[in-house]
Amino acid sequence: MKRETLIWSIIMIGGLLILGVRFAMMGGFGKVYVREVPVNFVQVERPEVAEDGTETGESETVWVAGGSPEEAAAGAVRTGSPSVNWTKREAALPKQFNAREPGVIFSLRDTIGTWFAAFLTLSLFSFLYRDNAFYKLAESIFIGVSAAYWMVVGFWSVIVPNVFGSLAPNFVRSWAMPGLEATEPDYMYVVPLILGVMLLWRLAPRGGWISRWPLALFIGVFAGLRMIQFIQADFLNQVRNSVVPFVATEGGRIDFGTSIWNIVSVLGTLACLTYFFFSFEHKGTVGKIARVGTWILMITFGAMFGYTVMGRIALLTGRLEFLFIDWLWLIDPTGTRATASLISTLTG
Amino acid sequence: MYQALNNLDRRWIFLVMAIVVAVPIITQWSFPEKVSKQTRDAYAEVERLQPGDRVLLALDFDPASAGELSPMATSFVYHCATRGAKIYFMSLWPVGPQLIEESIAKVLKPDFPDMRYGHDYVNLGYKSGYEGVIKVIITDLKKLYTTDHRGSGINSIPMMAGVESVQDMDLVISVSAGYAGAKEWVMYAKTAYPDKFNFIAGCTGVQAPPLLPYIPNQMPGLVAAIKGAAEYEKLMAEQYGLEDQPKYKEGLRRMGSQMFAHILMVMLILLGNVLFFMGRKEARR
Repeated sequence: MKRETLIWSIIMIGGLLILGVRFAMMGGFGKVYVREVPVNFVQVERPEVAEDGTETGESETVWVAGGSPEEAAAGAVRTGSPSVNWTKREAALPKQFNAREPGVIFSLRDTIGTWFAAFLTLSLFSFLYRDNAFYKLAESIFIGVSAAYWMVVGFWSVIVPNVFGSLAPNFVRSWAMPGLEATEPDYMYVVPLILGVMLLWRLAPRGGWISRWPLALFIGVFAGLRMIQFIQADFLNQVRNSVVPFVATEGGRIDFGTSIWNIVSVLGTLACLTYFFFSFEHKGTVGKIARVGTWILMITFGAMFGYTVMGRIALLTGRLEFLFIDWLWLIDPTGTRATASLISTLTG
Repeated sequence: MYQALNNLDRRWIFLVMAIVVAVPIITQWSFPEKVSKQTRDAYAEVERLQPGDRVLLALDFDPASAGELSPMATSFVYHCATRGAKIYFMSLWPVGPQLIEESIAKVLKPDFPDMRYGHDYVNLGYKSGYEGVIKVIITDLKKLYTTDHRGSGINSIPMMAGVESVQDMDLVISVSAGYAGAKEWVMYAKTAYPDKFNFIAGCTGVQAPPLLPYIPNQMPGLVAAIKGAAEYEKLMAEQYGLEDQPKYKEGLRRMGSQMFAHILMVMLILLGNVLFFMGRKEARR
């Protein structure tokens, strides 16, 4: 066995041993608990109330929570329709389970979810060692789930309520979204529907060119929108933001901090712009100013790199916290478990 | 030594980085934060809210950025709720509605049990279209949002009465991980209607530098990256006595790892430069 492989194998086995010790010392970990909450809705008939709070003289039939003030309100009468009951599962804490709070149970389904999430996290981390089957599996699952999720969310959040809901509101109400308001059909939505179908035409074996027409329209519309907003937000406003006093005052006295800031800001902007000014050769005075511009750009790139590092470390911290807190129960910073964590046990 | 360092397997660097990040998490080391002006200004905008004011809170991120953005999202939700504002949640990212529900379950349900869905807060959910969504709802919110995330008709939600567009909001907050996010809110909403509502943002570290030029005229404050989130938490802890509430100190907890990881990065950059110059010296010989 190569020396390198041996070292990494020892690290892996060490990690597994720590897990084993963790399990032996503290019992279970990575468990998820939920609270089962019974939900009961009843249908009542009650006087209809206008927006200004006055009764219209008509009555309305609505579903309200059983035992709620709405059911007990004056004038509300239960209809003959049977009540609707189901059980809602809300997240519960391990300490609530340990305290035997009513309705709190161990959830095998959510526990499997936590363990699977931990497995996927470790599978993705394994790429840092080398490309492997676990990484490929996690990557494929992510891509597949993301694509399907986008499609389903797009269908239920836009196509059903906005497109079908505008073209055939009553049908959508009866079939999919009872909460959708009763309105008259708006046939203008046939246009985006047709454009959408044309866009999907590229999947057909023939006539792929049809999809280029709606695509051209979208590109044109977004290019136009973007250009106008860019000129307004990024060009004109940024020019305005650059017009600042070199001698700033506050309360009748010179504010040296702001004044220096303004001078550096304006001169720095001009130096950077000079660097991108190619009509003159970068020699002499122009060359020196352009060089200052280059230095300012370098400082900017350094700041961007620093922010990027901070962002990436924060993401790693988030994942490690998931592994240590939710999965391994190594630490308990939010006090969700009544039992001591491994670290608090070891440190007394 | 030079040869050994020059041929160092990069996986050792990964391992050291993992240890450097993991140890402060396990030991729960944190450090005092100095609050920057941009975070203080963002905080002041929320602090200005009066009971009953309307806040549009756009959680424009997904679980991939949650490690960086969920602490500030939690802080914004708590702060707005404490000020007695009506919170209108929405997202330009498909997984946003789930993160909104998570924030509601984490902050509003346990700490503000009197706040009622539909009366004090609502989850409008996600609509596809990126900046197109902002472009529509800035003039007509109900044209796009015909229902909330749960499928209730938009006009049947009591707190939607009197709300025709984003212009009816008092404050818009975007917690943004990229496109579409804070930049698009500045471009299509705040710049187009500068006097109608206030706007602040919280963003990832990668996004912060391009957003800084918008301060202060187009965006009075910015909570930038996990550092900004920690600063915001510090301000909230001081004002609202949250020192003993660990769920509102997520950002502060994560700053311990940040410090040690940055020290390691600086050392690695210095070491890399030393090796580079040593290599050049060797080559000249």
